Amino acid sequence: MAAYRYSVVLLAFALLVCDSTRATPKSDEGDTAEKTKSDIADDIAPVEDVHTQKSDAVSQTQAGRTPNPETPESMQKESLRQWEATEINVDTNADVQGDEEAPDRRDAEATDSVPPPPPPKDQFQEELVIRPLQSGDIYASFQFRTRWDTDFFQQGKKVAHYRLFPKSLGQVITKFSLRELHISFTQGYWRTMQWGQPFLSAPPGAELWVWFQDTVTDVDGAWKELTNVLSGIFCASLNFIDSTNTVQPSASFKPLGVGNVTDQRFLRYAVLPREIVCTENLTPWKKLLPCGSKAGLAVLLKSEKLFHSSFHSQSVHIRPVCQDWQCTSTAWELRQTLGVVFDMHTSGQSRREWSLFKMFSRTLTEACPLASSSKVYVDITDNSQGELFDLTPATPTLSQAVVLGDRRTYSVYDLTTPEPFGTLRSLNILLKWKTTEAADMLRPLLHGERYVAGYGLQTGEIHTLIYNNHPYRAFPVLLLEMVPWYLRLYIHTLTVASKSRENKPSYIHYQPSKDRLRPHLLEMLVQLPPNSVTEVTVQFERALLKWTEYTPDPNHGFYVGSSVISALVPSVVAMDTNSTKEHPLFSSFFPCKEESAYFVRVYTEPLLVNLPTPDFSMPYNVICLTCTVVAVGYGSLYNLLTRTFQVEEPSPGLAKRLANVIRWLRGVPPL
Amino acid sequence: MAAPLTLVLIVAVTIRAVLFRSSLAELISERVEVVSPLNAWKRVVEGLALLDLGVSPYSGDVFHETPLIIYLFHFVIDYADIVFMIADGITAVALYLAVQDYNKAVFRKQKFALEADRYPHDCIELIRTPKQMHYIPLKVALFYLLNPFTVLSCVAKSTCGLNNAVIALFILCTIKGSALLSAIFLALATYQSIYPLTLFAPALLYLLQRLYIPVNLRRPSFWFFTLQYAVMFLGSLCVIVCLSFFLLSSWDFIPSVYGFILSVPDLTPNIGLFWYFFAEMFEHFRLFFICVFQINVFFYTIPLSIKLKEHPVFLIFMQIAIISIFKSYPTVGDIALYMAFLPVWNHLYRFLRNIFLVSCVLLACSALFPVLWHLWIYAGSANSNFYYAITLLFNVAQILLVSDYFYAYLRREHHLTHGLYLKKKDGSEATLVLK
Repeated sequence: MAAYRYSVVLLAFALLVCDSTRATPKSDEGDTAEKTKSDIADDIAPVEDVHTQKSDAVSQTQAGRTPNPETPESMQKESLRQWEATEINVDTNADVQGDEEAPDRRDAEATDSVPPPPPPKDQFQEELVIRPLQSGDIYASFQFRTRWDTDFFQQGKKVAHYRLFPKSLGQVITKFSLRELHISFTQGYWRTMQWGQPFLSAPPGAELWVWFQDTVTDVDGAWKELTNVLSGIFCASLNFIDSTNTVQPSASFKPLGVGNVTDQRFLRYAVLPREIVCTENLTPWKKLLPCGSKAGLAVLLKSEKLFHSSFHSQSVHIRPVCQDWQCTSTAWELRQTLGVVFDMHTSGQSRREWSLFKMFSRTLTEACPLASSSKVYVDITDNSQGELFDLTPATPTLSQAVVLGDRRTYSVYDLTTPEPFGTLRSLNILLKWKTTEAADMLRPLLHGERYVAGYGLQTGEIHTLIYNNHPYRAFPVLLLEMVPWYLRLYIHTLTVASKSRENKPSYIHYQPSKDRLRPHLLEMLVQLPPNSVTEVTVQFERALLKWTEYTPDPNHGFYVGSSVISALVPSVVAMDTNSTKEHPLFSSFFPCKEESAYFVRVYTEPLLVNLPTPDFSMPYNVICLTCTVVAVGYGSLYNLLTRTFQVEEPSPGLAKRLANVIRWLRGVPPL
Repeated sequence: MAAPLTLVLIVAVTIRAVLFRSSLAELISERVEVVSPLNAWKRVVEGLALLDLGVSPYSGDVFHETPLIIYLFHFVIDYADIVFMIADGITAVALYLAVQDYNKAVFRKQKFALEADRYPHDCIELIRTPKQMHYIPLKVALFYLLNPFTVLSCVAKSTCGLNNAVIALFILCTIKGSALLSAIFLALATYQSIYPLTLFAPALLYLLQRLYIPVNLRRPSFWFFTLQYAVMFLGSLCVIVCLSFFLLSSWDFIPSVYGFILSVPDLTPNIGLFWYFFAEMFEHFRLFFICVFQINVFFYTIPLSIKLKEHPVFLIFMQIAIISIFKSYPTVGDIALYMAFLPVWNHLYRFLRNIFLVSCVLLACSALFPVLWHLWIYAGSANSNFYYAITLLFNVAQILLVSDYFYAYLRREHHLTHGLYLKKKDGSEATLVLK
C-alpha cells in the first residue's frame, strides 16, 4: 500500500517537474530587462541551433519508441516548418539538457569576452496555450512562472529585496513557514466529456491546499491566520475556511515540489464550493505579475471578456523546485495560471471562428520586457494538414509535447522575436474552422460524476461514478470525498461496485465528522476495471441545524465540495502502441515505460443538498410555547406537591360580603 | 398464572417476528418518533463499522451508545432481532413479577390497616379485593408487550428496549428487596442514560420501608442504610465506567455519550420538547436554557420523594414518566415503559378527571406524527411548525396524564384517611379542592 502511494507521489512529482521545464529555450538567463530585443534575438540564435540538433537526436531516439506517423510527411511537405526542441517527459532528458547547457553558455561567454554577469537570481516566463475544442469552443490557458533562486528560511538572513517575485506572497511564505501553497478560484464546471482534460484541473469555487514546513508547531493556528491573510490578498472569502471545511488528506494531496516530508499533519486542504469568482479576484491576481496587465500576455486579461465565458479558473501555485539538475539547493517557483473556455453560443457568434481579438478584445503587441520567454502555443495536433481549421498568421515553428499522456503538436509564436507581429506590429491569431459540426473526440480515459439520490429531507445517498474508458487497462484511483458534518454519513452503507460486482477498495481512510467542528473525510483506493463505471454510494442523514447556522437563503440548499479523483492514468501514447499504425517492429513490443502513465486529478461536480429548515420567523413563538408546556408540567406538579385537599367552603355571595363590610364598619358582628 | 403470561409472550414474539421479516421494519427504523440519535440501530451498526475500520467510534458524532452496548453487539450482531425480542420479554416478565410482589405487599398492608380499623367506614368501596388485583400483573405484561409503541421500538431495534429491560430488572430487584442487585441495575441504567439517577430516591425509600426503617433524618439506622445503598450504587457505577474504559482504553465515551445527552447538540426532530426549542434558541441564551431544561428533569425528585415517601412504587412511576417527558432525546419506547404501569393504578380510575380527553389527544397525536412528518419532509407542503405543534400537544397530553394520576393517587389517599363521602359543616355534600 505504502509503496503504491509512494509511487503515485513520485510519478506525479516527476511529471510536474518535467512540466515545469516546458518553456524551453533557456537561452539567455541574464538580465533580459536591460537588453534590447535584437540582442536577445542574437543570443538565442546559436543556442536554438544546438537545440534543434539535440531535438533531432532526441526524435531519432524517440522514433524508435513512439514515432508520430505524420512527422516525416509533414516535414517533407512543409519544409518551411521548423521543429523546435521537443519536450521529453523524462527526468534524465531534462538532466541532459541541463548538462549541455552549461558548457554552451561558457562558450558564449568566452566568445563575447565580457565579464560574466552575476548568476540570475530570478526569472519570469509567460505563455499562452490555445486549444480549439471539438465542440467548437476554445480553451485558452495562461501560465506565468516566476522562479527565484533564494531561500526564504535561511538562518539569520531575512529576504528583503524583491524583484520579480511578488513581495506579498514572499512575506506570506516567510511568515507562515509555507512549503507549498496551491490556491485556485474557479467559476463554472469543466466539462471533461466535451472538452477533454484541462492542463490544470480545479473544482468549482475556491480551493486551497497548503503544506507547512515541519518546523511549524501550531499548524491550525497558522492555517487560520493564513486563510485570513490570503483572503485579503485575493479579495476572496477564504476567511470562511475554518475547521468545519478543512481536512488533512492522507494520500490524495502530496507535495508537488522537492522535499520528502509527507507527514499529513502539515497539510491542510479546504474547498469553498460556493465561492463566486469575479473581477475583484482577478485584479489582485494580475497585480502579482511582474508586468501587471501593462505588457506581455497579461494585456489580454480583461475581465469583461474573461467572465463572459463558460469556464474560468485562475490559480496560484507556489512550491520549491530544484535550482539545478543536481538539486543541491532549492529555488522557489510561483506559477500563476488562468484557464478560460469561450463558448461559441454565449459569445453570440454563429460561425466557428476565433481570434485573439474576439476572445479577449485585445491583440498582442509585445512580450513582457521582464520575461525571459514569452510564447503563444496553438494546439494543431488534429490539424496537421490544415483540414480542420485555418490558422493565421502561420508560423514555421512547431513544438511537440506529451501532455496528459497524449503527444500534442503546437504552433509556437515566440513573442520575444519581432516575427510574429508582422508589419502591423500586433499579433492577432485567427482560427477559422472549415467544418461546422462538432468532430469526434477521444473520450477522456478517466472521468467522474456525482449526484445525490433519494427524495425528502430526511436521508439521501451520494453516488459517485468513476469512468474508466481505457479499453483494456485497469488502473487504481484515489477518491477523496469531503462531506460537511450536517450530512451525517453512514460509512457502513458504503458500497463500491463496478460492472455490478462488488469492488472492495484496497485502502480506506475515514475520519468521521464532529458536529460543528470538522467534516467527514473519506479517502479510498479503488481499482477501476477496464472499460467500466465504478459506482461509489454512501448514505447520509440530513441534520436540522440551529436557525442561526443556515445561510441567508436556506432553501437554496447547501453546497458540498467536489470529490477529488487522483490517478495515474495509462497514457494514450501507450495505448497507441498496440495499434496497427506504421511502427518499426522492434519498437512496438513493449509499451514504452516512461510514458505509460500520467498523473491526473479529476474533480466531480459539487453537490447542492437541501436540508430541513425550521421556521425562521418565529423564535419568540417557539420559546414562548415550549416554555408554556414546561410551565404546565411544572405548575401542575407544583400544585399537587404543595397544596392539600380540603373541603370546599362555599364563598359568600357578593351582596353578603358587601353587607358584612358595612356591618364591620358599623361595628356590628357580621352575618 | 404462568400460562397466560407465556401465551402473551408467544403472541408478542410472533408479532415482532412477523414485523421483522416484513418490509415495514426498514420504514419503522427510520421513524424519528421511534429512534433518536441516541439509540438508533443504524448508529450502532455504524459504530461497529467504525471499529472495524480501526477508527474510534467516539471520534465522530454519529455513535453515542455506551461501550458496553458496542461490546454486547460485537458478539450478537447477527442475532440482534432475537436480542431485542428477549429484552422485551425480560422487561415484561420482570414487570410481571415485580407487580405481583408489589400487589402482595399492598394487599398485606391493606389487611393490617383493615384489622387495625384505620380506614373510615364509608371507604369500603375503595378497598381493593384480591379478585380485582389478580389480573393486574398480567395486564402490565400485556400493556408492555402489546403496546404498539413497544412493538415499534423493538422492530426498529432501538436500544431503548435494552434500557427498559435494565430499568425493569432494577424495579424487580428493588421490590424483591435485594439492595445489592437493585444498586447494580440502577448503576447500569444510569450508565446507559444518566436520567435513571433520579430513581435512586424511590428505590431507597422502598428498601427502607421493606426493612421497617423509618425515614427519619435523626435516626442513625436511616443514615447507615442510605450510605450503604449509595456506596453500592456508586461502587457498581464506578466499576462499570472503569470496565468501559478498559474495553476501549479511552475516556472518549464520556463526552460522546453523556456530553451528548446533556448538551443536546443534535437537533434531529423527535417527540420531545428540546429539538425545536434549541433550533430556534438565541445563541447567547442557549446554555442557560439547556441548564433550565435539564434541571427540570431532576428537579422534581426531592419534592416528590417527600410527598410520596410512603408510596415509593408510585414514585418510581412518576419519575419514569417525568424522565420520558422531559428527557433530551425521548422516543416512544420510553413512553411505553411508564404506560405499562397504568394497569397497576386502575383502582384510581374513579378519581381521574380528564382521562378520556387525554387518551383521545394521545391517540390523535400518535396518528398525526407520521402525517405531519410526511407533509413537512417529503411533500414539502407543511413546515416544521406543524410537526412541532404536534409534539407540543403530545407532551401536554402526557403531562396531563401524569398529573391526573398523581392527583387521583393523592385524592384516594386523602379519602382513605378522611372518608369517602365528605360532609360540610351543615351536613350537605362537600366537594374537595386543593388549597
